[in-house]
Amino acid sequence: MTPDSLITLATLNKLLGIPALASEHGEMVDHMLELVHWFMLLLFIGWSAFLVVVFTKFRQGKNPKADYHGVRGHASTHIEIGVVIVEAILLLGFAFPLWGQQSEKYPSGNNVLKVRAVGEKFLWSFQYGGTDNTLGRTALKLIDIGTNPPNTIGRDMKDPNGKDDFVKVGVMTLPVNRPVIVDVTSKDVIHNLALVPMRMAQDATPGVRSHAWFKPTKTGSWDIICGQLCGPGHSGMKATLNVIPEKEFDEFVKEASDTAKAAVEATPAPAAGAAPAAH
Amino acid sequence: MSAVTAHHDHSHADHAHEHDHPKQSFLYKYIFSTDHKVIGIQYGLTAMCFLLWGFFLMMVMRWSIAFPGTEMPLFGHLMGERWAPGGVVSPELYNMFGAMHGTIMVFLGVVPLGFAAFGNYIMPLQIGAVDMAFPKLNAWSYWLYFIGGVLMMLSFFLPTGAAQVGWTNYSPLATTAQIDVKNIFFTGQTQWLFSMVFLISSSLLGSVNFITTILNLRCKGMTWMRLPFFCWAMLVVGFLLLLAFPPLEVAAVMQLADRLFGSSFFLPTGLVEGNKHLDIAGGGSPLLYQHLFWFLGHPEVYVLILPAIAIVSDVIPANIRRPLWGYKSMIYGVLTLGFLSFIVWAHHMYLTGMGPVVSTFFQITTVLISVPSVILLTCLMISLWGGSIRFNSAMLFACAFLPMFGIGGLTGLPLAFSTIDLYLHDTYYVIGHFHYVVAPGTIFGLFAGIYHWYPKMTGRFMNETLGRLHFWPSLVCMNLLFSPMLIQGMAGFHRRWHDGGVAFAGTSSGDWMGIPLLRLNEVMSFAAWGLAIAQVPFILNLFFSIKGGKKVKSDNPWQATTLEWATPTPPGHGNFLQEPVVYRDAYDYSVPGAETDYSPQWLPEGVKPEEKLTHMH
Repeated sequence: MTPDSLITLATLNKLLGIPALASEHGEMVDHMLELVHWFMLLLFIGWSAFLVVVFTKFRQGKNPKADYHGVRGHASTHIEIGVVIVEAILLLGFAFPLWGQQSEKYPSGNNVLKVRAVGEKFLWSFQYGGTDNTLGRTALKLIDIGTNPPNTIGRDMKDPNGKDDFVKVGVMTLPVNRPVIVDVTSKDVIHNLALVPMRMAQDATPGVRSHAWFKPTKTGSWDIICGQLCGPGHSGMKATLNVIPEKEFDEFVKEASDTAKAAVEATPAPAAGAAPAAH
Repeated sequence: MSAVTAHHDHSHADHAHEHDHPKQSFLYKYIFSTDHKVIGIQYGLTAMCFLLWGFFLMMVMRWSIAFPGTEMPLFGHLMGERWAPGGVVSPELYNMFGAMHGTIMVFLGVVPLGFAAFGNYIMPLQIGAVDMAFPKLNAWSYWLYFIGGVLMMLSFFLPTGAAQVGWTNYSPLATTAQIDVKNIFFTGQTQWLFSMVFLISSSLLGSVNFITTILNLRCKGMTWMRLPFFCWAMLVVGFLLLLAFPPLEVAAVMQLADRLFGSSFFLPTGLVEGNKHLDIAGGGSPLLYQHLFWFLGHPEVYVLILPAIAIVSDVIPANIRRPLWGYKSMIYGVLTLGFLSFIVWAHHMYLTGMGPVVSTFFQITTVLISVPSVILLTCLMISLWGGSIRFNSAMLFACAFLPMFGIGGLTGLPLAFSTIDLYLHDTYYVIGHFHYVVAPGTIFGLFAGIYHWYPKMTGRFMNETLGRLHFWPSLVCMNLLFSPMLIQGMAGFHRRWHDGGVAFAGTSSGDWMGIPLLRLNEVMSFAAWGLAIAQVPFILNLFFSIKGGKKVKSDNPWQATTLEWATPTPPGHGNFLQEPVVYRDAYDYSVPGAETDYSPQWLPEGVKPEEKLTHMH
């Protein structure tokens, strides 16, 4: 089902100023936002019209004697049932399938890119799986800035999958039209990876491994917002999301991955299982 | 009914007591009083001071949002160089005021005013009781609240400043903030937790008292289906406070232990702070805190709203001269609402990531709770049909409450559905949504209550002209303040940015109808300051009417039907001159065949209400 095939509604979203969309599932998000806002608008106009009539028709000057019985009939019950039906449709037809798709039906296959986003005060680091597209293990305990180079996000250097991994600070580069699974976590406090054009946000909670997926459909460059209060630098905790053509992306990964691998092979691996000393 | 018999004895004992000691010392009459009316007024005045203070904090924040990096006129330098270098609001000061604005408005302002002040003053009168069931507990409740409030205020003056991590106080930020100090005890974060323990203990005592009073002290004839809706709502709020607040008290104590004694209830293994591992055992979960917080947090929303709905449900029938439409549906509605409010909390946590089963459950309950809410609002609106509407100040606020609360409710709808909530969560859309619920919603309801019951409390009316000067500018400013938030939210503006989004100008520089989104910040800020000016007529009115207001000519100046209007004006200790007996429904206005358009609850069939003014002594 393509969202385009659904009834194209007038654009309440546009009226409210929603920014341009750049992800696949985002079309359904926007579509549902649109529907819900129409429903809200309808109810609000109904209520307002009713109130305007009541406030003019039944003011003391015009209607000096009140009617004990007031409204008879079941119009309100019918409206109430109507509201329940619309809400049920929104839940069953839109909300459940959409959340099911985003929280359960993760994409799989070689085509799927995996990235790990690690938040800290007040920047984002992004770990890539490298040429094998497999993320090496990380753990909070392994974070050690005393090593050379500093292990800022707690990578497990013994994990063979991690040998060709590389970390980029402040810029998240993604290929267009390929599904991406982002692992989102944090080192210190709760952050939130908010990607407005992708219609996606995921809390980065220390000690919790959470993930989200989406598929960028447009190339471009946008700001990444931190959506959870994380301290005095919160309002400036910014990173960049670059969505680039797939070919360029492959070159970017190969180059960065080769450099990373060479660096790992040049330096001796740290002692097995040794936890870094607390500073 | 044994409760009634017990009440008889109680009443006589109290009257006897009063005649034995007609003069109490000032201290015991007005300060450490156990009289529910004095305590109600104490709660009301204290809460209104806190509301003003919370409002002031927000006005400073609005300067920073609209004009980031510039010197704030008048107040900038008062904050001191530490917090506002060169008179420019620093991010730390912004975060402090943000956290305290939320905390003060919710826990020290709206709940104490709506539930404790109005509930204390009005509810015992409406059920025909001489006082609350436990008058001393009632005084304790107020004084615990007072201590909690004082602690909260004192924390502003600590070297670390007050708490700075949002009113939600999420761990680990709340646990690791302000730990780089000599004495962790004297930090804003720690004092916030201590203060919360006092505030929650206070509301716990209050809730027990309210529930017992409503269950046991209703006068003869006051059956459940004759109970004013106001008291029904207070009963439900009592249960919400009783059952929902303790989890937050537990969370506060656990967070205190994490801060002070090195436990790790909410801290995971290997947590890093300032590039160093914290010296903790770890193994805790930050999500546990969120569950405890929101288990309180959502019922709390209804603790804020229900007193306002309760007030409006009394103000409207009195001023439309006809009964509440769907009184019984409203009662079942409010009971359902109370129950459901306990099982919707995780909709505040969609962002944390949850599986389809859990999310399905919380989406269903969240959507379900809109049903009783719509029932309450619909009943109130339909009540107006066929009425003879008297637009006094109280009624204006009550009428504006309906569509404003309506906007608040409706904008909650998109937030109920998890996937689209992710887009809107923590944006200004959410801020706009809950401010519509609490500000022009709840606070308008509370204003309606003040204008409505002021004549009973003081024997004088508030000035109607000042009332209108208060109402119309407030209505306009509230909307100019909160509706642009919805637009900014749709554009992805996130909350808690001290610079209002300047850092993200690249992403968020769109415009709405030709107005740059960042410029909306200025519109909203001027609306906020305008709103402050609009409160001046109210404050003048509130104080000058005590001595200068038009005197009431009757104990029942609005010609209302509920029992509080059967008391002398103002009611003295013991409330009623004779034992009240209830003969009819709560809102019998314009009963066909009756001589007057109101048939008070305390008069038997065929007895015409007389208009007289009595004083207690």
